[in-house]
Amino acid sequence: MTDATASERMAPPSALRRLLRRKLALLGLVLIVVVVAGAVLAPWIAPFAPNEQHFDGLTLEGAPLPPDGRFVFGTDLLGRDLFSRVLYGAQTSLIIGVVANGLALTIGTLVGITAGYFRGWIGAALMRFTDLMMAFPALLLAICLAAIFQPSLWIVAMVIALVNWVQAARVIYTETSSLATRDFIAAERTLGAGTGRILFRHILPHLVPTIIVWGTLGISTTVLLEATLSFLGVGVQPPTPSWGNIIFENQTWFQTAPWLVFIPGAAIILLALAFNLVGDALRDVLDPTERGRD
Amino acid sequence: MATYLLRRLLVSLLILLGVSFITFVLLYVLPADPVRQIAGRSATAATVENIRRELGLDQPFLIQYGRYLAGLVQGDLGRSYLQKTEVAELIASRLPATLLLMLAAIVAELVLGLTIGIIAALKRGTVLDQTLMMTGFITVSAPQFVVALLLLYVFAVKLGWFPIGGYGTFAHLVLPALTLGILGSGWYSRMMRSSMIEVLRADFIRTARAKGLGRARVVLGHALPNAILPIIAMIGIDIGIFMGGIVVVESVFGWPGIGQLAWQAIQRVDIPIIMGVTLVSALAIVLGNLLADLVAPLIDPRIKLK
Repeated sequence: MTDATASERMAPPSALRRLLRRKLALLGLVLIVVVVAGAVLAPWIAPFAPNEQHFDGLTLEGAPLPPDGRFVFGTDLLGRDLFSRVLYGAQTSLIIGVVANGLALTIGTLVGITAGYFRGWIGAALMRFTDLMMAFPALLLAICLAAIFQPSLWIVAMVIALVNWVQAARVIYTETSSLATRDFIAAERTLGAGTGRILFRHILPHLVPTIIVWGTLGISTTVLLEATLSFLGVGVQPPTPSWGNIIFENQTWFQTAPWLVFIPGAAIILLALAFNLVGDALRDVLDPTERGRD
Repeated sequence: MATYLLRRLLVSLLILLGVSFITFVLLYVLPADPVRQIAGRSATAATVENIRRELGLDQPFLIQYGRYLAGLVQGDLGRSYLQKTEVAELIASRLPATLLLMLAAIVAELVLGLTIGIIAALKRGTVLDQTLMMTGFITVSAPQFVVALLLLYVFAVKLGWFPIGGYGTFAHLVLPALTLGILGSGWYSRMMRSSMIEVLRADFIRTARAKGLGRARVVLGHALPNAILPIIAMIGIDIGIFMGGIVVVESVFGWPGIGQLAWQAIQRVDIPIIMGVTLVSALAIVLGNLLADLVAPLIDPRIKLK
């Protein structure tokens, strides 16, 4: 553990510097940059259109082609270039990761901050509802929801948000309720500050480190959930490529053309791993309560 | 203790009631019409109406829910729309397979996670420690289906050591249990490592060393029992995590448990089965959490039930 002083702890530039000093966090950041670059630059670096079916993209028997010079990741069951599909799939994963997780974090923060600040029946009711959501088998709930609505990219993002806000809400709740009893909040109240001002100007800023940590770790959970839903066929629908649905589409070929499963599979793991590494390091750097454990 | 238990059981009951209500609401607003599924495409409007009335689906929502609850109290989970069997019977017939898989998965994750954690703690700061912890990170970042397919490819397709899927012998159990076990082991190895490091710093360990006990004796006889206890308390919580995972793992391996039952029911919009499995899973999660909370003070007397 680094021997940071109290003043250093709050200053953002040094937090960033300490983050960059961690090898694993740096590895995670590099992976994220690579995936983001791949997703953004996909229209320029992808050798082919993701849905283009190549006449010479299958063997004479109609099997997918293994990786070679022309199709670097090989082709899929319809003779499409897997490399191009994986690149465009990164867009899907990142869009869902950011949108679904942003939505989940917003819901979680609002619920947590409200429940933590207004104890009474509002707080109790909200927290009992969170307890209830915790008892739901999350994946089963997500599958049900996704199967109910006709799944599209945005519906899948919404479903994931509806399932994933609970953890964040509980953490934010605990922090808010301890902040709410602190002297500086009581002082603000005596000075006549309104509830909105106290919540957003005084409590929310203290929650920012927690929100950043959960926001980062949450993207990893979201990426995994999207992949799983798409793998089961109730997530993002083909022909829009997503790493999960590439595996779903090509499952039948998995014994003879394993690259169709393991290349997108590796992509999912790397992206989830990257956000986990960065999130974990951020927790150590930003959260004083986690200090000293290693 | 008795009042605590009573209150917790009451809260658990309320949570289950809430879960049943929310699931019922969700499935009630389901745009995919189960009656169409049952009747088939060529059914006349009159047939469809008949089936709807027969299933009570023409009744107002609250009456339908009330009926469901009334049945639930008597242990009646309703009847499957398509299989014409009692849902409770279907679940009961599938439950042993799921429980077997979960038990095997817990054994696998404990053996893997604890061993890795202990080795990492003893070799703290070395390349081995870093490699093991990185592996742990990778396992918590991997989706179940990728690990499942990877194990299938290597050990069933390429090496042929285990069957590709199915149920019946010990060989069938290994890969699905290992999939869940590998995924769960990541958290255990991290917890075990930090718990072990903490215990190894404690005074009684120094005393044991000072008495002249050998390293193996100190680690296995003194440190391990103390380090392992707080981790054992986590098993209850695992039940909840596994309940989600079994849907994927059971469908990849063709394991005939309640996860596969649920997945087939979702595809066929067989609402009573979906409701039933969701409730059974929620019950398992609630009981698992209760178990974890009850075990905690037995292990660490500083924790008080309140």
